[in-house]
Amino acid sequence: MHPALQGLVTIIIGVGGCVGYFFFSNFVLDRFLLPARAYSAEEAAVRRRSGTIFVFALPALVILALYLLYFTRNDFGLAAVFWLLIVAALIFGLWRLKDFMYGTGAVSAGHNISHANMIRPWLFLLPAIVALGLYLTYPVFETLRLSMMQRVAGGYEWVGFDNYTQMFGEAKFWEAMRNNMFWLIVVPAMSTVFGLIVAQLTDRISWGNIAKMLIFMPMAISFVGASVIWKLVYDFRPADQDQIGILNALWVGVGGEPQLWLTLPFWNNFFLMAVLIWIQTGFAMVILSAALRGIPEETVEAAIVDGAGPFAIFFKIKVPQIMPTIVVVWTTITLVVLKVFDIVYAMTNGQWGTQVLANYMYDKLFRANDWGVGSASAMIIMLLVTPILVWNVRNARKEMK
Amino acid sequence: MAGLKLTNVAKSYGDVSVLKDINLDIDAGELIVFVGPSGCGKSTLLRMIAGLEKITGGELQIDGQVVNDVPPAQRGIAMVFQSYALYPHMTVRDNMAFALKLAKMSKAEIDTAVNKAADILQLTPYLDRLPKALSGGQRQRVAIGRCIVRDPKVFLFDEPLSNLDAALRVATRLEIAQLKESMPDRTMIYVTHDQVEAMTLASRIVVLANKGISQVGTPLELYEKPQNEFVAQFIGSPAMNLFPGEIVETGEHTKVRLDGGHGIVQSAYPSKAGDMGARVNVGIRPEDLQLTDETVESYSGKVDVQENLGEVTLLFFVPDSEGMEPVIAKLPGIHRGLKGQTLNLAAAPEKVHVFLDGISLLYR
Repeated sequence: MHPALQGLVTIIIGVGGCVGYFFFSNFVLDRFLLPARAYSAEEAAVRRRSGTIFVFALPALVILALYLLYFTRNDFGLAAVFWLLIVAALIFGLWRLKDFMYGTGAVSAGHNISHANMIRPWLFLLPAIVALGLYLTYPVFETLRLSMMQRVAGGYEWVGFDNYTQMFGEAKFWEAMRNNMFWLIVVPAMSTVFGLIVAQLTDRISWGNIAKMLIFMPMAISFVGASVIWKLVYDFRPADQDQIGILNALWVGVGGEPQLWLTLPFWNNFFLMAVLIWIQTGFAMVILSAALRGIPEETVEAAIVDGAGPFAIFFKIKVPQIMPTIVVVWTTITLVVLKVFDIVYAMTNGQWGTQVLANYMYDKLFRANDWGVGSASAMIIMLLVTPILVWNVRNARKEMK
Repeated sequence: MAGLKLTNVAKSYGDVSVLKDINLDIDAGELIVFVGPSGCGKSTLLRMIAGLEKITGGELQIDGQVVNDVPPAQRGIAMVFQSYALYPHMTVRDNMAFALKLAKMSKAEIDTAVNKAADILQLTPYLDRLPKALSGGQRQRVAIGRCIVRDPKVFLFDEPLSNLDAALRVATRLEIAQLKESMPDRTMIYVTHDQVEAMTLASRIVVLANKGISQVGTPLELYEKPQNEFVAQFIGSPAMNLFPGEIVETGEHTKVRLDGGHGIVQSAYPSKAGDMGARVNVGIRPEDLQLTDETVESYSGKVDVQENLGEVTLLFFVPDSEGMEPVIAKLPGIHRGLKGQTLNLAAAPEKVHVFLDGISLLYR
């Protein structure tokens, strides 16, 4: 089959599957499980019996069968105990679900409608929960497990914290940690500050929206694409040739020698950061611009009457009022920065002292094929991201209130 | 101390004229209230005095100085906004001290001023709270306190009570009146659409309508001698009744025959001989109409609806044609069973207003 056709079929099956799932799951819920009508005590007892079979017994048997089928064919180890717990939890959950749905004694229509409406959100959430569990939660635990393992011929062997000890002994790891810290401080700060300045300056001018659009545009470019663009900006030609990189062209223009910018130790980190700042300023600008517009105009006018100049209004009235938004923007960019990989990979690949954690992980995992150390570095990244993530979500929630 | 003088002040946005030919002299120590229907430009005029809107024509003087192009902070004014406009991230103390800090006053001076204002407004226990932890009335007082600490020559109030509930509105109105009394030399300008606020607070009321000033006067002047139909109907509740008719007798007193065969009324307003037969509107306030036995020189009409409020009885008469405002009479005390009856009502001649082309005969 032609690949385009395959794609189309995939889309149709995918979308059709989603629509079908939501339609049929709700149909079953409203038609068979909890119809919007009342049942006398006898009818309800009959329903309860059949419910015990269809809602509890059958699914429970299927789950149990699958479990047994799998683990009788495979080694019955620690993993089997883990999965046994999950199976037990699932079966217990089904039992509770059955009780929840069918109630006791005679059942009113209101009981059925309200219980159906309590179950319905979960029908909609279920696919997302399963997918996220499969692709996000499970890998976390698998990575944690792998970071304690070492590949040996024919399988894995438990090595405890050896991978971590080995990693902590590597200079390249500490270089990555140091660089990540620089990224962490410089990029969110500069992006937020630039975004705030742009948001304020473009607010009142007629061509402000065009300026905003231009500044926002890098957001639409992939990190790799941006890296290619900026590699051209930093491009180097020997002194006797014309410079095609704009930075060297300017530098030579003011009388300097052409430089290999990306190999200048220490400073090259900042040349890489410029790319991400260039991208993230647009994001910060859009969010902060909306926040600035949300400031009640009368507070600004009151400040004018109170004698505040433009700077006092900006720093003492506007910025404090949007501080929660600034914090959210800052932490959101921080999360992006902690995961930064593409830019470093595409521009220097971590050479000349520009290594960062994500690229270090990629090096270990896919170049050195060292799954243990690679997973260990992934865990470190996760540990660094988690507190900021929690804080960010909290702030965002507070914002919404 | 500080009077204001507005000379031909005008405001337009591009080609759209909002206010024009505003001439007004405000003496120091007055409490002037701007009233008018929504959209009449009363808030705009206040904001022009504050310096938040540019004056596009004419001249504004505060204390004898032209201030058209003087920034708000240097005009010697302070303003209370409709939504209070408290700085949400500052405590009550900082809200009040903000202007003083900007003016580079010393810490001790600021503390003295803030504490004094807080004392006057009973805000002392709340000084370290954020505005969101205050009730509507308290926020309102903080907004006033923010003005007091600056000790301005002119206080500007932009519908300050409109966000408060009815009970609090009455209480705060009283507080503002007391505040004014405690500062007899300070000028206050107060914008409202509520005529009760206007009547109770003002030393003089400025009624704004149709891009200009309709009438300026003390509350009772406006009530007793409205210059035109608009002011007549705007001040007083229920609004003044207007009866179309024609002049049948001129001289010291004027007699008007009401359309629709409702009778003849006599007004103490003088008219000229040339006015004979002119089409006019007679204005009589509902509370000025009294039951009478006189059948010729009175208004006669059939009661359509009767509302018994105890202290007064409101009578709504059958209108002459569909869509016409019914004539309303407000009789003191309780009257039973007037519905459906045809009654004769008359008012004292000095309370019968006659408007020719919308202008009162008294003022032409």
